Amino acid sequence: MGHRLRGNHRPFPMNQHSLQVDDLTVSYRRIPALHHVGFSVPCGSCVAVLGPNGAGKSTLLKALAGLLELETGSVSFHGRPMRGANQEFAYLPQREMVDWDFPTTVRGVVEMGRYLRVRWWRRFSKEDAAAVDAALEAVQLAPLQDRQISALSGGQQQRVFIGRALAQEAHVLLLDEPFTGLDQPSQESLKLVFKRLKSEGKLLLISHHDLQSVPDLFDRVLLLNGELIAAGTVAEAFTGDNLTRSYGTRVFSGVNHGLAV
Amino acid sequence: MDWLFEPFQHVFMQRALAACVLVGFLNGFMGGFVMLRRMALMADSLSHSLLPGLAVGVLLFGLAPAGLFFGALSAALLVALGAQLLSRGSRVKEDTALAILYTVAFSAGVVLLSFVKVRVSLLHYLFGNILGVSNQDLWVSYGVAGVVLPLLVAAERPLQLLLFEPSVARSQGIATGFLNVSLVVALVLTMVSSLQAVGVILLLGMLISPAATIYLLCDSYAALLWGGGALGVFGAVTGLWLSYWLGLPSGACIVLVLGAIFCLAYLLSPRYGLLPKFWRSRHFHQESLARWEKH
Repeated sequence: MGHRLRGNHRPFPMNQHSLQVDDLTVSYRRIPALHHVGFSVPCGSCVAVLGPNGAGKSTLLKALAGLLELETGSVSFHGRPMRGANQEFAYLPQREMVDWDFPTTVRGVVEMGRYLRVRWWRRFSKEDAAAVDAALEAVQLAPLQDRQISALSGGQQQRVFIGRALAQEAHVLLLDEPFTGLDQPSQESLKLVFKRLKSEGKLLLISHHDLQSVPDLFDRVLLLNGELIAAGTVAEAFTGDNLTRSYGTRVFSGVNHGLAV
Repeated sequence: MDWLFEPFQHVFMQRALAACVLVGFLNGFMGGFVMLRRMALMADSLSHSLLPGLAVGVLLFGLAPAGLFFGALSAALLVALGAQLLSRGSRVKEDTALAILYTVAFSAGVVLLSFVKVRVSLLHYLFGNILGVSNQDLWVSYGVAGVVLPLLVAAERPLQLLLFEPSVARSQGIATGFLNVSLVVALVLTMVSSLQAVGVILLLGMLISPAATIYLLCDSYAALLWGGGALGVFGAVTGLWLSYWLGLPSGACIVLVLGAIFCLAYLLSPRYGLLPKFWRSRHFHQESLARWEKH
């Protein structure tokens, strides 16, 4: 039982908003991919979700986005319980999941973030247009706004979806492997965008593969391996010991359940 | 100008013209959704499953249009929704489930047809005959267009979210499952309303070609839908007109005209066409020059 409480449950200062996850379990066809995960992270931070393949990184993001059924547990944001999909959380898919030949432009995708704020039969208002402009500005895509989306680099494609989340006025951004396949300059500009979002008080949860770049890109980590191994700031949780426990041993994989740490 | 308008002095041609405009627009508009959702093959299977529905309709109600309409509608809906149900509950994928269901339905149709005495009329449901459109057929088309079009237009934005990226749409709180099923129902309704005009086999061409043509010409979702509708009308009316003067089957003429327009777009589209690639310079000369000098 004890290991379930190892997650970071330190309360944050009252005036600081946070995302709180308690006892979260998610299963695919009765096989749990995430087991009783609990943590809380303050807004205005950039959190790396780390772990080996099959550790449940994508599962965590999808569960928070409301794409998967929660078997146990709860998610609350600003102290309010969140259930299912909502506008506060924006999910950004892996790049290869998207049909980049879709007949739309950079601006068109960012506008999609406003669709649920505008009534179906209404036209876009001035505020909507302004929100889209601001989002394009924030992700530095304003000059490219009329481009068809396949005519963008990988980093720009990531930023289009971030722009869409901003236009949606989402507070929590859930990004699935945004850095995968990006070269150094694209990675740098994405990092700049994240920094800006952080300073605006957004919370970014980002699944990530490359351990070396973690201290540079993130300020907090969640280490997963079917269950939560560690959560906290890079300094306190991104330790060799925790990494070994996350990547080195198969802590939870159904069969050797009993051997869990 | 007589040669242009003369055909439409006949009453049967006026009815056919009305049907062309309605069915052409509805199919062209619907085609955009079908193409982006990659349902073209699904639409093909569904169009085949209309046949057993027609057979059942004839067996139960004779040749009354209402009976045929509901027969075809229920058969296609059964196959479409059955495939969704089958694939949701097991590891069988939707296209597999669809293939099984529609071939079973089609075979059932063939078996049932041997009990039907009136054979000629069913042949014309295979290839359609827009000149034989009755007032009742027109009312069916009006009714379907009157229901389907406003709903599709109203749901244009949520549908765009679904078509572009279903998982993001779902995370925004859109009922993607419901929208998906609605889209399939709208597709089936559209197909049933076009049966009389172009027939079971050819309606797929009328559904897909306009949208595919516009897709090669522009990068706008709204233009894809409305342009598809407009092109559908143009193709249907032109096809009808040609079939009058050449004395050829109307459904085939319509699909041939739409196919020819698609070929033109495929070859000549300024942005995505085959030929402009050859006569355009390989890259933006100014841009590369500016870049080169910077370094």
